[in-house]
Amino acid sequence: MAVEGIGARALRKEDKRFITGKGKYTDDMVLPGMGFAAFVRSPHAHARVKGIDASAALAMPGVDAVLTGDQLVGDGIGNIICGWMIHSKDGSPMKMGAWRALEPETVRFVGQAVAVVVADTQAQARDAADAVEVDYEELPAVVDPLSALEPGAPQLHPEAEGNLIFDWEIGDEAATNAAFDNASHVTRMEISNNRLVPNPMEPRAALADYNDAEEHHTLYTTSQNPHVARLVLSAFYNIAPEHKLRVIAPDVGGGFGSKIYIYPEEMVCLWASKRVGRPVKWVSDRTEAFLTDAHGRDHRSEAELALDADNKILGFRVKTVANLGAYMSLFSSSVPTYLYATLLSGQYNIPAIHANVKTVYTNTTPVDAYRGAGRPEATYLVERMMETAAREVGLSPAEFRRKNFVRSFPHQTPVIMCYDAGDYDVTLDAAMKTADYDGFPARKAEAASRGKLRGIGLSCYIEACGIAPSAAVGSLGAGVGLWESAEVRVNPVGTVEVLTGSHSHGQGHETTFAQLISERFGLDTDAVSIVHGDTDKVQFGMGTYGSRSGAVGMSAIVKALDKVESKAKKIAAHLMEAAEGDIQIEGGELKVAGTDKKLTFTEVALAAYTAHNLPEGMEPGLKEGAFYDPTNFTFPAGTYVCEVEIDPETGKTEIINFVAADDFGKVINPMIVEGQVHGGLVQGIGQALLENAAYDETGQLLTASYMDYTMPRADDVPSFSLSTHETLCPGNPLGMKGCGEAGAIGSPPAVINAITDALGSNDLTMPASPEKVWALAQSGMKQAAE
Amino acid sequence: MYETNYHRAGSIAEAAELMAKAEDGKLLGGGQTLLPTMKQRLAAPSDLVDVTKIGEMNGICEDGDGVAIGAATTHAEVAASDLVKQKIPGLASLAGGIGDPAVRHMGTLGGSIANNDPAADYPAALVALGAIVKTNKRDLAAEEFFSGMFETALDEDEIVMSVRFPGASASAYSKYPNPASRYAMAGVFVAKAGDGSVKVAVTGAGQDGVFRMPEMEAALASNFAPDAVAGIAPDADGLLSDIHGSAAYRANLVTVMAKRAVAAA
Amino acid sequence: MSKVSMVLNGKSVSADAEDRTLLVSFIREVRGLTGTHVGCDTSQCGACVVHVDGKAVKACTMLAAQADGADVVTIEGLADGTALHPVQAAFREHHGLQCGFCTPGMIMSAVDMINRHGPGNLDEKTIRHELEGNICRCTGYHNIVKAIKAASDQMAGMAQAAE
Repeated sequence: MAVEGIGARALRKEDKRFITGKGKYTDDMVLPGMGFAAFVRSPHAHARVKGIDASAALAMPGVDAVLTGDQLVGDGIGNIICGWMIHSKDGSPMKMGAWRALEPETVRFVGQAVAVVVADTQAQARDAADAVEVDYEELPAVVDPLSALEPGAPQLHPEAEGNLIFDWEIGDEAATNAAFDNASHVTRMEISNNRLVPNPMEPRAALADYNDAEEHHTLYTTSQNPHVARLVLSAFYNIAPEHKLRVIAPDVGGGFGSKIYIYPEEMVCLWASKRVGRPVKWVSDRTEAFLTDAHGRDHRSEAELALDADNKILGFRVKTVANLGAYMSLFSSSVPTYLYATLLSGQYNIPAIHANVKTVYTNTTPVDAYRGAGRPEATYLVERMMETAAREVGLSPAEFRRKNFVRSFPHQTPVIMCYDAGDYDVTLDAAMKTADYDGFPARKAEAASRGKLRGIGLSCYIEACGIAPSAAVGSLGAGVGLWESAEVRVNPVGTVEVLTGSHSHGQGHETTFAQLISERFGLDTDAVSIVHGDTDKVQFGMGTYGSRSGAVGMSAIVKALDKVESKAKKIAAHLMEAAEGDIQIEGGELKVAGTDKKLTFTEVALAAYTAHNLPEGMEPGLKEGAFYDPTNFTFPAGTYVCEVEIDPETGKTEIINFVAADDFGKVINPMIVEGQVHGGLVQGIGQALLENAAYDETGQLLTASYMDYTMPRADDVPSFSLSTHETLCPGNPLGMKGCGEAGAIGSPPAVINAITDALGSNDLTMPASPEKVWALAQSGMKQAAE
Repeated sequence: MYETNYHRAGSIAEAAELMAKAEDGKLLGGGQTLLPTMKQRLAAPSDLVDVTKIGEMNGICEDGDGVAIGAATTHAEVAASDLVKQKIPGLASLAGGIGDPAVRHMGTLGGSIANNDPAADYPAALVALGAIVKTNKRDLAAEEFFSGMFETALDEDEIVMSVRFPGASASAYSKYPNPASRYAMAGVFVAKAGDGSVKVAVTGAGQDGVFRMPEMEAALASNFAPDAVAGIAPDADGLLSDIHGSAAYRANLVTVMAKRAVAAA
Repeated sequence: MSKVSMVLNGKSVSADAEDRTLLVSFIREVRGLTGTHVGCDTSQCGACVVHVDGKAVKACTMLAAQADGADVVTIEGLADGTALHPVQAAFREHHGLQCGFCTPGMIMSAVDMINRHGPGNLDEKTIRHELEGNICRCTGYHNIVKAIKAASDQMAGMAQAAE
């Protein structure tokens, strides 16, 4: 190890435990006397629960208890909530249907839990869960969001007439309509965004332990935000007051949004542990994960883009129906509204935008934020429209985009966001150069000589990250503030512990965050440890999602470091009898400028704790905390270029080259940032080519395992060419914008634009399965022959 | 998984005896399909009789112009066998493309054919090569052995001991995998016998499991070239259709895979 | 319930287990080695890959009883004392892991892959194809492929130097 500051490709401090099998995930935790939970789940998408007979299950070996929704409700456990209030355009609040962790009356999606068994072993619990007899009266189900809005559709919740949750709008409708009246060209498309299942490789898990003497609960769980989990479990679900509930999110095997939420299973484990008087563990199997982890995306949109005679955009009009599934999950209402429609301006000057979004209940798994959350849907819409419009008006896709780029900052869009900094030409130019865009016609001709179809596609994305300024999101309906906290503890021996409210589940915080300390004090990164994921250790935090750990979480650390540095300098100045302003920190030492007087960081730390000789009135110790509330969103942006080759005989699409040029602002660890982009790109490519959560008409999930849900594998994707280009974010101390979601946001339209370019047909929905591509290739060849 | 009783048989006789005693016994090869099925509680045999350690059911030997392969021989062993590569290269390459490397280390020839999954690869090779399945009771021709989706001619207590594959002057297998499961959506095995006759067998696509393509066979017998089968496709009516591919798409894949198999043979 | 005995990471172990006990459960729950993970139910994700008698297998698709008498190596048994196996070191060096959950299975598959092909004999296409049975959701595979290639080449160099 070494001093590795900002910009260093520091190898990860956390890796050793993972590569030697010493990581500790929730399922690895064992408590004495623990029992295992297995859930009894509805096989029907919509049914009345007429009765539950647990007698056979209770008689089975090892079974402690079979608990049902009536008992849960009877114990005062609260309903699962959505934490972001959205109002319809008529001013009425969103219609939240009651969601109980165990449903006593009406199940609304396949896999919804109606009872839980606790037994000595996992196998016994599962055996007994199979033996619980539930009498269901099946009800008609509706799966398609457009059908759910039709008159006569099966109704899910009495609270939501016509299955409509809200009918929301943003932007100036009159101005937008006027723009279309003056248009010389209008591009129109129907665009859908396919439903995805997040699929972190570690399935969700919970281990709950109730101590009746202390009336205290401990929950180990797979969470991206243990403090938010504790807050919600305390304030809304009545599990226990916050000081009687400790939530620990240990090593967590990926999240991608799906581990933000507090699901029924985790809270049932807490409640069941108290009920049965032993620790209770539950581990999801993969099929349960498919059925119950919040899904992502699932939009149907109509979009229209108005251009003037010079091919400048005049207006953008969008109507979207978003399927939220059977219940409103924690962030579900914010995703198709403020995380989506506020990005419809893309990288472009668009004078008038209007979007109408209707959200709807269906008999499917609840839908919430999944990597990108709203921004992939917006980017897909905008970038498919841009490419299509360019084709229609006969401009090259790059030229059309350049004609409309935002070039002066700050730039206020018509949909709330104020872009603070960026240089969209730089990333477009870099990506096109790396992709050898100009050489494409020759490559296309060469492929044609082998009977293959080549296509190339662009995507110029922008996203809003660094979520989020608390007052701003509060005014838009958020139930919480979205700041972050940090505490920097310097130990008497000069080592440093950083307590952060951010949570690492693959992002490498233990390394990147340590680099900030290494940079500031010239310390070895080995002298720093990052503490996170435990509500007993870290005072509070909002967790990790929305590419916020850098821009928000690290900004809080910087603020705390400022305070530590200031105090350390005061102590050093006092000890060396110098002016505070003359103290410089360099290579782990505090020096008096222009002299050879110096103290090591350790000597200063020790002095702070011995407190034998501190400046008059100074408290002992060297420990500072800070809360950082962002002043604006951040706006990562970039250009992706995808080149594909299609085998027209089978419809198989191969990605020949994929180039990403991103502007993430300041990059702390390029190696980790590249890794984030790689992973995001493959999730986006997965959406474009492979992944789809498919239901049949009765609400059965047809893709409930890896036998049918196509996860991207190593041979489905290429290696990538990446570059970063820095414009600093003026809103935070490091100038960071965030990098966690860009790949997933920017890549789907690049892939589909490339495939439609190759096929010469725009009539393609995601995922571009081999059969769909084959059918288009065949009809294209037939047309060409005629 | 429901509880079961595991037995490891040391001989075919012992395996037969254990099966006879079991209430609802199942023979266990590598378990790469059976165990996942049991984990999903879709199968609940009272007893599992592991036959993989039976000496005479393991190994590959020369058999006339072809090879005989013990039923407990793993896919990895078949794929790596110099003898198989030399005698029937199409068979070695087929075995090397089943599942993934870890699955190939466990999965066995006997287990695969006794299950007769319509998307399994081996049935195409057995049918196209005219293989003989040797059981503890009789010899069965491949086409007799596979009797429908997940159905074989095996009696409940009958044990596949080995499979005899006649040699071929040319052979190849080409498959288009299901993007999710990587099982065959359409897999075509083409085998040209010493006498110049050709057999073409298709797996993955048929509603009743593996089937032959007589029209392709006739065309290839007179002209063993990809173009000879380019215009021949199975009737989509008898083909599988699911979220990954319609019957019409699978019919096309059969033609394309047949062309590619002929080109590779 | 039967007694299952095996050599696990070089140590003879023996324990009673229900016959339905999967090898992965035996390793994790009976022996407390939690480096081997379970990521799916259908034998596809490969988070559970261990070596049985020197070959990579999916420990979620094998009964512990099937491994009775076998030599089993898990991720915990791969390093030589404190010295990381070259594949482990390469995963770190090339940032071939993020959340770490698929990593043990990836590494065990990679070691098996290098063993079968021989050190130095892997190109990108082969590595990607050979990883068919291991799913990673974090890394996009880019750095995993790089790590395996680097480890394979490095091991070839070590073998050459030893000659």
